[in-house]
Amino acid sequence: MEVYLDNNSTTQVDPKVQEVYVDTIAKFGNINVIYNKGIEARALLNDAYDKLYDGLGAADEDDILITSSTTEGNNAVLKTFLTEFLKGSEKNHIISTIAEHSSIKSPLKFCKDMGMDVTYVGTDENGLIKIDELEAAITDKTCLISCLIASNETGAIQDIKAISQIAKKHGVYFHSDGAQAIGKMRVDLQDLGVDYFTFSAHKFHGPKGVGALYVKGGVPYHTLIHGAKNVMGGKRGGSLYNNGVAAMARAVELANINLSFLDHTTQGLRNKLEDELLKIPDTKSYVPREYRLKNLVAISFKGIEGEAMLWDMNESGIYLSTGSSCSSEDLEGSAVVEALGEKTEIANATVMFALSKFTTNEQIDYVIEKVKATVERLREISMTYAKQEAFSVHLEEH
Amino acid sequence: MARNDLVTGNVWEQYSKKVQERMNSPKAMGEFSEEDAKARDAKLIVADFGAESCGDAVRLFWLVDPKTDIILDSKFKSFGCGTAIASSDAMAELCIGRKVDDAIHITNTEVEAFLRDTPDEPAVPPQKMHCSVMAYDVILEAAAQYKGVDRSELENQDIVCECARKTRKDIVDAIREHNITEVEQIVEITKAGSYCKSCVREGGHEAKDVYLVDILAEVREQMEGEKLTAAADTTQSGENSFDKMTIVQRIKAVDAIIEEYIRPMLVMDGGDMEIIDIKENTPYYDIYIRYLGACSSCATGSTGTLYAIESTLKQKVDENIRVLPV
Repeated sequence: MEVYLDNNSTTQVDPKVQEVYVDTIAKFGNINVIYNKGIEARALLNDAYDKLYDGLGAADEDDILITSSTTEGNNAVLKTFLTEFLKGSEKNHIISTIAEHSSIKSPLKFCKDMGMDVTYVGTDENGLIKIDELEAAITDKTCLISCLIASNETGAIQDIKAISQIAKKHGVYFHSDGAQAIGKMRVDLQDLGVDYFTFSAHKFHGPKGVGALYVKGGVPYHTLIHGAKNVMGGKRGGSLYNNGVAAMARAVELANINLSFLDHTTQGLRNKLEDELLKIPDTKSYVPREYRLKNLVAISFKGIEGEAMLWDMNESGIYLSTGSSCSSEDLEGSAVVEALGEKTEIANATVMFALSKFTTNEQIDYVIEKVKATVERLREISMTYAKQEAFSVHLEEH
Repeated sequence: MARNDLVTGNVWEQYSKKVQERMNSPKAMGEFSEEDAKARDAKLIVADFGAESCGDAVRLFWLVDPKTDIILDSKFKSFGCGTAIASSDAMAELCIGRKVDDAIHITNTEVEAFLRDTPDEPAVPPQKMHCSVMAYDVILEAAAQYKGVDRSELENQDIVCECARKTRKDIVDAIREHNITEVEQIVEITKAGSYCKSCVREGGHEAKDVYLVDILAEVREQMEGEKLTAAADTTQSGENSFDKMTIVQRIKAVDAIIEEYIRPMLVMDGGDMEIIDIKENTPYYDIYIRYLGACSSCATGSTGTLYAIESTLKQKVDENIRVLPV
């Protein structure tokens, strides 16, 4: 059996989305041409836009710009304020959080290299952004607050409405990286009160290579990719990915329809998995359920390093992710998991089970059985569970 | 960055079959108790290295024959990733049958070589070599415990890159031998810094006392100093040719000749001269001078006097010298 439980990284394409993707690939016309092929493509994209604006609660005066990914959207937002700064704006300060994805942290590092100031606000033991700290960090130089709606690693859902109110109170623009939101919660952009919102289709059973950037009407925006004026009003150049956009719109539609299924079925399976795994001695799950994405459980098994756990799970056809330093190319542990308040060993022993609407009860039973067996095997190897204590210990900071 | 870096490497795909097998069913996994030791008339050694918070920790168990110092049996327990488990397993197995004094020569590079499927293909990807370093460290810890000495007595303090087990001397020798100027050349030639990369420069996975960039800067400085000293020495002994001299040495050499042979002659007539610049104008050396005092208005400044200066310098310093009054 194969069980894919890395759904906060990427998801399988929903067959209904795939149908749209394949069916509309023949509508290859550029939307900016005057002949029939352009008319056909425009109809396709207008229909997709209807679904996007309706599905996400955007107002007509707002822009939903098509991008390649959340990463591109995040870059466009942050570099809008970098551009303002480079053009002479006094506002040189951006506030973000330690829980962000590299698609925020990397461009922020770039902004810093270019002379801007960046403050990273911490998270508490529940993975929630310390809102008091965030408000205290605002100065008269602050131009933007950027914080993710939910962490892919801990699943902690942030109080976006509260943060957007703080931003408004201080006259600061507000961006939220929404990569983990659609399909996992209701998203109403006007209700959330965000000025910018970014996402990718592949996180909610759409195709890769297409995403969107919401820009509220009237807020600052500088183009990241310059091109023809007649594609999205010159706000993002490059020929449009017609069938990708149509597929993304369909995926948004399905994500919303699916929310009740998430509440009943997927969440139920997640709870069952979590309850069963917590019966294993010395295990701990993170972020109380009320603050956590309904499809996720992050759990640590004492004495078992995350990559070793992933190895055994992979042998059983179960695919997970971990906050362990050993599984990453650069040997760095997850700062997000570490911020849950415990030591680095927690990050190194934490694995994430992220379910989707395609996860079945049968699969969860199989996962529970395999995890139990694996924990037993790896604890047999683990020195944490050795009976004989060492006579001498050499601790060296790695 | 190039073709091979565009699609990220998969760590697991680069594990050798032996690493995978040992991860799945380690051979030397387990522990010994005092009873086990008693049963075999052996001394029980239990040593730890690392900590869970570092992501890697290993406990090594030895049964050592106190009469022969031979390790009769060896087992491990570990907290770590696949590489850590596989390399701990190989390390524990390699200890069996060796004398304690021999076992301390088992290094992580030997363990890695032991885990290879073929002699030329690494057993683990470069960044994972770091996870096998503990294998060496825990043996030292166990040996120190057995011998009742401090582990620093057994340790090679000179190691700069633990993954590749390269000492400071290895690095310094390579810099000198290959006249290395960029840190990347050290990595390429010695393999130091090519694994977890912590020792290349500050800011890597692990903080170090000394980094390759520091050693390079230090050695380059020494080498430059030596070059200048050598040049100065040979100039003093008159062996150095004008083309090998530094600019300062050239000025000094020219000035010395002027002081000895030319200036006395000019001063007698109430004049003098100074060197403005020396420019290389291959194959010539153009020496710009300025006449002072009476010389500055003397008609022979551009004829006889100039000829005398130039021919003296050609003869005493270098035949390619041309003298140009400004």
